[in-house]
Amino acid sequence: MSRPEDTLSADVHYDDVEARKYTTSSRIQNIQASMTQRALELLDLPGPSLILDVGCGSGLSGEILSAVPPDEGGPHAWIGMDISASMLDVALQRDVEGDLLLADIGQGVPFRAGAFDAAVSISAIQWLCNAESSETSPAQRLARFFGGLYQSLKRGGRAVCQFYPKNDVQRQMITAAAVKAGFGAGLLEDDPETKNVKVYLVLTVGGDATGGRDITSVVEGMEGVDVMDSRKKGTKGGKGEIKKGSKAWIMNKKEQMERKGKVVKASSKYTGRKRRIQF
Amino acid sequence: MKLLTLNFLSCAVKTCKTSPLSFPLHPKDAELAKDDVEPNPDLLTNILPRLDWSALRTTAAELGFPDLPETAPSPEELVEGGKTVQDLHELLMETQIVEGKLVCGCCGHEYAVREGIANFLLPSHLV
Repeated sequence: MSRPEDTLSADVHYDDVEARKYTTSSRIQNIQASMTQRALELLDLPGPSLILDVGCGSGLSGEILSAVPPDEGGPHAWIGMDISASMLDVALQRDVEGDLLLADIGQGVPFRAGAFDAAVSISAIQWLCNAESSETSPAQRLARFFGGLYQSLKRGGRAVCQFYPKNDVQRQMITAAAVKAGFGAGLLEDDPETKNVKVYLVLTVGGDATGGRDITSVVEGMEGVDVMDSRKKGTKGGKGEIKKGSKAWIMNKKEQMERKGKVVKASSKYTGRKRRIQF
Repeated sequence: MKLLTLNFLSCAVKTCKTSPLSFPLHPKDAELAKDDVEPNPDLLTNILPRLDWSALRTTAAELGFPDLPETAPSPEELVEGGKTVQDLHELLMETQIVEGKLVCGCCGHEYAVREGIANFLLPSHLV
């Protein structure tokens, strides 16, 4: 799979030729359409909403947002942001319904707090991981983007970002940045372990109406989804359990020292006992 | 760019984030156009509580529209339909800023609008 983000920045890569190619390719159109549908399914919007399309490009995903029929809660209004002027130019020629904005998502999201019901992003945020300048780092750009996005969503809102992580490091970096910004974050993988794997980062802001706080409540009731929760549960066995100076603590320390190869006195039933009070 | 979007946009410059003057952005030399958009009263009802009504009044006054009422219409008025919905729909959804500038009231940065697309790219020292 080619990775244009490795060689060029988004605004340089998507010039007029590339933008046209991207938009007219029926294969890309199909993939984008199916991913947008999936994102909408994950957002589960109750009625016509205001959606932010991050990295909207030529409006392939936006078209689908505008085309949701009324009986499925649509049509939605959307505002798109993209850094590539050529892509937006193609969007203008295609006469899309949403509003467009030429902006760099790595510089933040210029909307006031609580503006949007939801946000979608299709194949965009992996571009944030490449910052070819001395002034910014990927971590900084990710932090600005997720910070801005968190602010601009209303409480109980959701964001679904489909992206192509290059490797586990990138995947980790992106999710960590989202969690740090305050989102409840989780990854959904479609067709895992295949060449066509699609990774969706599902973000929630605050608790939603159903009481759920993260992705596990989002995918609840969806068919064919396996939940793999690798988070630590509760505080059992945590460090706070053992009191400093107690017998368990001393035994633990002795074991640590022994592992380090230090000389440690043998343990007995008297280990860690208080001395009797001297006269 | 729709007036609806303008009601949500604030200045992107870092030092303006904390200032109340950075919202709303003030249109300058704006060229307006009217697009036909399918009315969607449900969408308006959904967005209404999030609209900053005083900012909308300021924008409307600056663009030379007739004065808006002091307070935002209630959701009930929107459900009833009639002229309020029609007016609001025309103002928010159909009125477009095609060319012009958006000026921040705090730092004075001018964001150019061309063919309905606002340019929010900033030089790196302002981010």
